[in-house]
Amino acid sequence: MQDYVIRVENLLKKFGEVVAINDISFNVAPGEVFGFLGPNGAGKTTTINILCTLAKPTSGHATLNGFDVVRQQSQVRQSIGLVFQDPSLDERLSGLQNLRFHAMVYNIPAAVRETRIKEMLTMVELWDKRNSQVRTYSGGMKRRLEIARGLLHYPVVLFLDEPTLGLDPQTRSRIWEYILGLREQRGTTIFLTTHYMDEAEKADRIAVIDYGNLIAIDTPQGLKGMVGKDVISARTDDDDRAAEELRLRYGIEPRHDGDELTFEVTGGDEFLPVFIRELGVKIHSVRLRRPTLDDVFLKLTGREIREKEAGDIFKAMVREHGRRMRR
Amino acid sequence: MRNLRGIYTIWYRDILRFWHDKMRMAGAIVFPLLFLFVFGAGLSARMGFIEPGVDFAQFMFPGIIGMTVLMSSFMAGVSVVWDRELGFLKEVLVAPVSRAAVAMGKTLGAATVALFQGIIILALAPVIGVPVSVWMVAALLLLMFLLSVSMGSLGVLLATRIRSMEAFQVVMQMLMFPMVFLSGVFFPLQGLPGWLSVIVKVNPATYGIAPIRQVMLGSSPDSPFTINVLGHPMSTWDNIAVLAVFGIAIVLLAMWSFSHQE
Ligand SMILES: Nc1ncnc2c1ncn2[C@@H]1O[C@H](COP(=O)(O)OP(=O)(O)OP(=O)(O)O)[C@@H](O)[C@H]1O
Ligand SMILES: [Mg+2]
Repeated sequence: MQDYVIRVENLLKKFGEVVAINDISFNVAPGEVFGFLGPNGAGKTTTINILCTLAKPTSGHATLNGFDVVRQQSQVRQSIGLVFQDPSLDERLSGLQNLRFHAMVYNIPAAVRETRIKEMLTMVELWDKRNSQVRTYSGGMKRRLEIARGLLHYPVVLFLDEPTLGLDPQTRSRIWEYILGLREQRGTTIFLTTHYMDEAEKADRIAVIDYGNLIAIDTPQGLKGMVGKDVISARTDDDDRAAEELRLRYGIEPRHDGDELTFEVTGGDEFLPVFIRELGVKIHSVRLRRPTLDDVFLKLTGREIREKEAGDIFKAMVREHGRRMRR
Repeated sequence: MRNLRGIYTIWYRDILRFWHDKMRMAGAIVFPLLFLFVFGAGLSARMGFIEPGVDFAQFMFPGIIGMTVLMSSFMAGVSVVWDRELGFLKEVLVAPVSRAAVAMGKTLGAATVALFQGIIILALAPVIGVPVSVWMVAALLLLMFLLSVSMGSLGVLLATRIRSMEAFQVVMQMLMFPMVFLSGVFFPLQGLPGWLSVIVKVNPATYGIAPIRQVMLGSSPDSPFTINVLGHPMSTWDNIAVLAVFGIAIVLLAMWSFSHQE
């Protein structure tokens, strides 16, 4: 049997009456990029808090790097690095001072401390800003500093709780480069939560969690396989004739979707040129769409993952407000 | 060893922050000076001598030193609540350092700052006309340290249970001002009305202020600087013993409480 770096067995956490996570079990292999996907309030942060010893489970077990998260807290803490969902830097200190603090509390030997700090700050491209107070950093720079800090002590597992929330696309892809580079260089196991579908795609495996329940766990490909085929939508001169032709010639049963004709096929890439060439009806437009994790989520829960968008905006406001108060 | 380093690191960060925070540094000194000079100058002429050779300003001076240390060391609690609100506390709580060490580091950080501020006030002794000697300064440093560690831990203890800054500040003021005003900083502790005398004697701060005054102004059993507890005139060592017992209990309680919070 494979030696898992994270093992979770029947984990349950209640806050009063609220069941934040409901009897979930999963394992994560060393070097894996493991994604936790779910809407707001699904229980992602709560799971991380238990795995990183900040919260105690109501029942169930979890081990990290072979250590029990309740009984061997200090070994667990030494094994992990964290990037929290909410900011956790000392904004009054410089970037360098924040990392020095971290190096000291994580027992990084004095001999390698400064070179390690330089390595990390250079990686996240903050070496030039090292002596500025963190409150003068932009949101993306703070996030990068937190990632550098989480990696400073070479953790076995790096937890990233929505590492790119509120960042621009360039910064997001930059951060992903670091994350994937890390796995290459050091074999670090990465546990991340997100509700960006395109980010979840980058994980080796994804656990879909909703209302505290683990509803699916598979590779992104495997999950999308649950939804099935590619989706083609077309607008034609005569939809009824086109539908008839599809039915007779290819045995496909299309749907009328407003003024469009929509149907599912396997191997959409190959089918599309054939369809355009052979159809006896004039085509105005045609679209090919792959099933996305959105479709997966829809299929699993009957809801769109982003439907609580309003909550997101409110959270961003609260966070921004908090940031201002701090100044 | 690991925990010693943890305590040192937590301590160091708080000192660094204090160093950056010039307002706090100034505020913590201006406030006691205001008391000293406004009350001292205003009331000295009117009140005459508290004891032969000791006017009101001189009487108040050791009390003001104690007050400065007491109020400043409470900032240990503010620092914890502040870190929690800013999110930085999480970084500390997931680090491989024992929670007790974190509580100790916070306490010692504030205690160091308090000691530093106490020394600045103490440096005014010649201006107030209180003679000081080397051994007296040494004794005062130890007393201030004991007082500040006790009060710093009290702050940390409160901070483990009171989560929001607003609530913490209200509680701190409700606790700190009575502690200061009912500890003999501003008036001699003899001939008080019965109820007041009882409150003063159960106030732990009293046993921090009294020995500072005894060391600076004299400690004969019949001087107005001596408190009688249950008919027993408290010597300097008696006071220190009470303060030390209180201090040790609070330090242990704070470390325990800090370790058992979520
Ligand atoms: N300290 C707490 N006290 C009470 N309830 C809590 C607490 N922390 C979390 N919860 C509840 O537990 C549930 C899961 O919250 P959690 O923060 O784990 O969600 P999440 O998946 O991280 O969501 P998000 O995407 O918004 O970060 C929510 O219903 C939340 O209200
Ligand atoms: Mg969360």
